[in-house]
Amino acid sequence: MAAGSGVAAESCVGQVVLPGDVLLLPVHPEEDGERLRLGAGAAPRGRLLCGPGLRRCAGGLLVTKCGLLRHRPAGGGAAGGAYWVDSQQKRYVPVKGDHVIGIVTAKAGDVFKLDVGGSEQASLSYLAFEGATKRNRPNVQVGDLIYGQFLVANKDMEPEMVCIDSSGRSSGMGIIGQDGFLFKVSLGLIRKLLAPKCEIIQELSQLYPFELVLGMNGRIWVKAKTVQQTLIIVNILEACEYMTAEQRKQALAKLSGN
Amino acid sequence: FMQRGLDSQTKKLLEEEEKKIISEEHWYLDLPDLKEKESFIIEERSFMPCEDLLYGRMSFKGFNPEIEKLMIQMNSKCKEEEIEVDGKMEADVSDEEMARRYETLVGTIGKKFLRKRDQRVLQDEDEDGNSNTRPSKKAKKKFLKPQD
Repeated sequence: MAAGSGVAAESCVGQVVLPGDVLLLPVHPEEDGERLRLGAGAAPRGRLLCGPGLRRCAGGLLVTKCGLLRHRPAGGGAAGGAYWVDSQQKRYVPVKGDHVIGIVTAKAGDVFKLDVGGSEQASLSYLAFEGATKRNRPNVQVGDLIYGQFLVANKDMEPEMVCIDSSGRSSGMGIIGQDGFLFKVSLGLIRKLLAPKCEIIQELSQLYPFELVLGMNGRIWVKAKTVQQTLIIVNILEACEYMTAEQRKQALAKLSGN
Repeated sequence: FMQRGLDSQTKKLLEEEEKKIISEEHWYLDLPDLKEKESFIIEERSFMPCEDLLYGRMSFKGFNPEIEKLMIQMNSKCKEEEIEVDGKMEADVSDEEMARRYETLVGTIGKKFLRKRDQRVLQDEDEDGNSNTRPSKKAKKKFLKPQD
């Protein structure tokens, strides 16, 4: 399969890429050598992060999803830069380490089955809660909402979830409390809402006191003091995907005026 | 095989022959050793490290104070800001109240572990009031020898 010669990755940042495109990365001088180049010329590069939508191939990166190519230059946090494809979809595919909201559908002995919106149901052991022992079982019923993260998630196995982190603490995960409203949005909106400085969330937080749980599988749970306030927040979150910033500000101004 | 009577030399010869046979039958790749280049690309299927997403549970305007504390914790971990750790932790009970409670607490729990005799002594002392000078009569009952 002779693909066309690749394009330099840096030139495509911010543009639409299609599956099958090959992106070339700037070639390292002396890949095999182990000598470090001291000086301002070639700083020792860290690992390059190849994010979702991209795969490694001979010579560079191969695009597997259509969308916009994004790049984050090497910063303090992650070593080296990062490239990924920003695509939009509604269907969630379980990924290891993602925090999601799951609905308990069945209790099978020691294991709960959760619906996370993927192709299979995820399993959650009753020991994977903070402070759970064989005698001290968590009080989980069918129909409960659980916020947890994936321990195992690949295409060959059934996904497994846990509600504790690597140090054994729950850090906010576990059964989500009573009341509230659960609804589904597209995955792109969730990422927009979880971005470090999200205006939507900041503006909403000025309105009423409320609580919000965002799952990477497209599910959002909202709880406010009254049913009406909850529904208002739900409607704004659903609609803000397609509203411009000004429309959103107008809508919020009307609400806070009322 | 159970060949006891063999000399050591013949044993060695037999072993060598066996090894030769094995090595001819052994399949091996006739390719040159591929040098594994240290790849500098890491593949990652999750969006979290790419975009530095925040923690998913949030609470605003004091709706759920525990989650608000958690938000500060998690998001400061992500951004690696150094928050000055206060040496004094927030106390639910003030220091004075703690001292008062502790005083009475030591007394009540201590009573539980007294022996019966000492308990009676305590009772007598309580009834008579604060009379420290009075020597305790029945401090320790000694064995009374039965009189003949």
